[in-house]
Amino acid sequence: MTSSISTLAFAAAAFEPKLPKLPDSPYFWMPPSASTTTANTDALYNFMLWMSLFFSVAIFSAMLYFCLKYRAKSRAANEFPEKTNDHSTILELTWSVIPLFVVVPLFVGGFKGFVSLRTPPKAAMEIRATGQKWKWLFTYPGLGTPDDALHVPVNTPVRIVINSVDVIHSLYIPSFRTKMDAVPGRYTDLWFKATQTGEFPIFCAEYCGTSHSDMLSRVVVHPPGGYERWLARTIAMADSLTGVDRGKMLYEKQGCSTCHTTDGTPKVGPSWKGIFDKTESMTVGAPMKVDENYLRESMMDPQAHIVMGFGPVMPTYQGKLSDKDIDGLIEYIKSLK
Amino acid sequence: MSETSETVVEPKAAGHGAPLPESDPHGPHDGETHAHGDGPHLAHHFDTYQQQFDAGKLGIWLFLLTEVLFFSGLFCAYTVYRGMHPEVFVYAHYFLNTSMGAINTCVLLISSLTAAWAVRNAQLGQRKHLMVNIVITIACACTFMVVKGFEYQHKFADGLLPGPRFHPTEQLWELETFKHKHPEAAEYAEHLIKLAEKKGETAKAPGIIDLHTPVTGKFENPTEEQIEPLIKAGVIGPAAEDPTRPSKPRNAHVFFSIYFFMTGLHGIHVLAGIGVWVWLLIRAKKNQFGPKYFGPIDYAALYWHLVDLIWIYLFPLLYLIH
Amino acid sequence: MASPSTTADAVAPRSTSSADDNYLTHDKGVLSWIFSLDHKRIGVMYLCSVLTAFALGGFFALLVRTELLTPQRTIMDHDTYNQMFTLHGAIMVFLVIIPGIPAALGNIIMPLQLGAKDVAFPRLNLASYHLWIVGALFMLSSLAINAVDTGWTFYTPYSTTTSTAVVPAAFGAFILGFSSIFTGLNFIVTMHKLRPPGMTWFRLPLFCWALYSTALIQVLATPVIGITLLMMIVERTLHIGIFDPTLGGDPVLFQHFFWFYSHPAVYIMIVPAFGVIGEIIPVFSRKRVFGYKFIAISSLAIAFLGFLVWGHHMFVSGQSVLAGTIFSAITFLIAIPTAIKVFNWITTMYKGVIHLDTPMLYALAFLWVFTIGGLTGIFLAVMSVDVHLHDTYFVVAHFHYVMMGGAITAFMGGLHYWWPKFTGKMYDEKMGRIGATLVFLGLNVTFFPQFILGSRGMPRRYYNYLPEFQPLHVLSTLGAYTLGIGFLLTAFYLYKSLKSGKTAPMNPWGAATLEWQCSSPPPYYNFHKPPTVTAGPYDGYENLMYDEKIGGYIPRKTSAS
Repeated sequence: MTSSISTLAFAAAAFEPKLPKLPDSPYFWMPPSASTTTANTDALYNFMLWMSLFFSVAIFSAMLYFCLKYRAKSRAANEFPEKTNDHSTILELTWSVIPLFVVVPLFVGGFKGFVSLRTPPKAAMEIRATGQKWKWLFTYPGLGTPDDALHVPVNTPVRIVINSVDVIHSLYIPSFRTKMDAVPGRYTDLWFKATQTGEFPIFCAEYCGTSHSDMLSRVVVHPPGGYERWLARTIAMADSLTGVDRGKMLYEKQGCSTCHTTDGTPKVGPSWKGIFDKTESMTVGAPMKVDENYLRESMMDPQAHIVMGFGPVMPTYQGKLSDKDIDGLIEYIKSLK
Repeated sequence: MSETSETVVEPKAAGHGAPLPESDPHGPHDGETHAHGDGPHLAHHFDTYQQQFDAGKLGIWLFLLTEVLFFSGLFCAYTVYRGMHPEVFVYAHYFLNTSMGAINTCVLLISSLTAAWAVRNAQLGQRKHLMVNIVITIACACTFMVVKGFEYQHKFADGLLPGPRFHPTEQLWELETFKHKHPEAAEYAEHLIKLAEKKGETAKAPGIIDLHTPVTGKFENPTEEQIEPLIKAGVIGPAAEDPTRPSKPRNAHVFFSIYFFMTGLHGIHVLAGIGVWVWLLIRAKKNQFGPKYFGPIDYAALYWHLVDLIWIYLFPLLYLIH
Repeated sequence: MASPSTTADAVAPRSTSSADDNYLTHDKGVLSWIFSLDHKRIGVMYLCSVLTAFALGGFFALLVRTELLTPQRTIMDHDTYNQMFTLHGAIMVFLVIIPGIPAALGNIIMPLQLGAKDVAFPRLNLASYHLWIVGALFMLSSLAINAVDTGWTFYTPYSTTTSTAVVPAAFGAFILGFSSIFTGLNFIVTMHKLRPPGMTWFRLPLFCWALYSTALIQVLATPVIGITLLMMIVERTLHIGIFDPTLGGDPVLFQHFFWFYSHPAVYIMIVPAFGVIGEIIPVFSRKRVFGYKFIAISSLAIAFLGFLVWGHHMFVSGQSVLAGTIFSAITFLIAIPTAIKVFNWITTMYKGVIHLDTPMLYALAFLWVFTIGGLTGIFLAVMSVDVHLHDTYFVVAHFHYVMMGGAITAFMGGLHYWWPKFTGKMYDEKMGRIGATLVFLGLNVTFFPQFILGSRGMPRRYYNYLPEFQPLHVLSTLGAYTLGIGFLLTAFYLYKSLKSGKTAPMNPWGAATLEWQCSSPPPYYNFHKPPTVTAGPYDGYENLMYDEKIGGYIPRKTSAS
């Protein structure tokens, strides 16, 4: 009994959704740099920052100096400027060519960085990321989706294979300076090799509707050995939970909580509190009683019957939930009176 | 470029050119009064008929350019999808009625000829001929729309609708167009269907068609001729919707989406053309066109040639896929 | 441009006598405006409509900025916020900036500058305006039904699945596209066929060159957005499957189509601004513009290159590395003609006699913000850096520096520059300078913090944000309020000038282009005696002198002999 209580407490702690915290950065302009992919980006960024500063200061000071130096006394004074050239081909060719010299190295540097961002090492470990309104699901080989965060080991190349089940999202990890769109109907990927342990925020960067700005997650970079420990712990825990506990865990980690509350306030979907055994009117067809069969159908074929007042936005969980999972979720919903 | 308004170069346009007496090339700019007294059809901000005609001509060419770009978006979508799913296009083209398309091509070509002729008539001031040619153009355009209407009706009746409403009532290998071209393949497909049905009775889970499984009789060793057309059209093979029996390619409806979109948009342009020609017929009846002023006929004819040209591209792209 | 000698006898005596009959007083009644074929009246109607839309779009912007004062809910919910930023973007892009300079100021001024009596196709011009109204009504009807929430970019499959009223908004944009095409087509033909004797291509004012380049883009790019939006509408209503991945379509194809138009559309917005600045700087420096040909040709170069870079919006959409590389390389090339312009304008001021009136203040503000906007554009062209910055506030800041800071500042500059010409009234100069300063300060305070936000990783279109970002958001919102006050002040004194402003002289700034050689406001048929052009558009400032009695410039008496 004691062991089951401690598991429960652990589960609650692990699946508490929390806002990712932006780690303190040693830089003014950029978030901390926590992977091997940042060096190119940061070097180019800093170079351009100084270059921009140089050019804008040059242009602004010329402009302001001319304004002060050549300012007219008044219209009535009818001054005329001294004659100057109104064109100089050499001068103009010079400042056509200078920008060219500046941008060529930038282009080359950007190209090199881009190619390395887009070319994952062959030995990279693979994790699947699925975007859905409004949650990232991270799936590990042979493990499923244990958590709402992305767990990776430090100093190991990781390739994230990305897709989406509904609209376009974009997986963005500022501290790794990388980002990739999640496009429905195709796979895209990004990779990184984290160099710092700790937690870093993940954002959705492509506008995807109502809760676009809440589609946040964290990447947790484990120290050497930590990833394996986390893996073992998660596997053990995932198997042990049943019934209401399992449902509660799935509620957090499968993204249900993004749209369904447990306190009675409707969000994108109906709240789960007290919904069981209630008879709800449907957008199409006769009112239905929310029983085990209806709940099961709503998970497998969400668009079949939609409660009045809500939109057809829920993705299907066919293939993502086992029978044990479904039972757990139904038990959990029943428990919310 | 700035001198074009004063020069008359095209021999075609010579008759209407700049008949204004001009002693001084800048004479017409003497616009203290803005009524030129040169005719009812010269707008106040133009100095000569030639200038007005040139402006209109440049305008219509630019307009045609925008039209080409407008359609090019669709041609682009067509190219992308044909590149991605060639089997869909091979499959779908058997369903189109090539002879109706060919008739329509001829009809439009004739109307283009009469439209060009009408321009000549207007330049020469031949009011009767002008009206006859416009009437023929309109008649051809209407014929085109009627034929198109029949085609659409057949498509609707056969369930060949775009998007999720796409439910063809006939299978590809049952079509005369397919049987005629690939009799052996059609026969083979029917044989496979029977086989699949028989299997379905004995075992609930029929396997993926193995193209080289020896079957009894005539189809023991299917030939290239029997298999190739079916694979190309996505009836069997990797692109097919149902791997267990002859079916249709996945997303076959995308072709019909593009078909209806392109021909529909073209049809709207034909309808707009009919409207323009009717308006010009009324103006021709009032004898408004002559050697000096025939721009509207010329512009309408150019537009009509473009509508014709787009069809000439659509016809092979949609009907004559091989 | 008309040689001063012809100017002297042609115009001087007429300056007061023709004031009674001008295009404003020529016909009376509302219908004489709504169905007017006069380019100036159509331009003024465009201007009023565009300014109304600007007020509305600005109002939405202030709501958005107010919501962003706190990291959580401030004044509205998620969905309302999404609708607000979508409407702000769509209104500002399609209803304000695209028609702002060409269709409003260009319509009023370009034929005058050219020395023509009207645009080539006055009816088409009117049709363009009426289409604008219809398009605007469609777009706003979306607001009345259930405002569109897709962002102004209408990306599929979100736009084909959301429950808001996407179709009216997209159809509105479709119609506005045709309005824009008609304006562009009209301007091209006008500049080809209606130039008076002596007006060679290289005597065209830079404003005309800019409008010509813009018109080319309008004609060549806009049809593509037309067909794209139409496909999207049909996709949404009939599910034809071209962009829908569940039906075998490709959502990224929509992005290609969309940016094939919308990147050139960025130049539809900014190139006319170059034109306005090219007019203001020489006039207020009393000096010929430096490197006229380079500036003129660079507009065309930008128009051309603008067609080849659309893919730089899609570095992280999964397009191939090769495609990204090509798009990135061409994007860098655009930096060159742009830099040429800025350097030439600065050089024009060198050893000039600089008058810091309101239009010039706006031109200087333009140079400042456009330099920042242009340089930050280079950050986004570098592929690896763009991977980090794409879809963050850095991009938001960059395009607001270019669109708001560039296009709108130039629009305000042009409005003040030509205001005396087409209204016949002078505005309060002191208020004008205060307004320009407020706008300039507000602009930088609003958008500069967003560069920092974006670099630090704040994604765009976020309703909630991490609390760490709040201080910069508050600063940005304060800047937005400053901008709002600046524009309100401007609206106030411009309106007041209509009621009680001083009568404007024919040529208050001492410009040499043709529009300043007809009375203020111009006569109905523009030129009583059509001009013959014998000199360039920025020649002959030395033949003009300021007359304090009339408050404007008149031909120098000595040279009139």
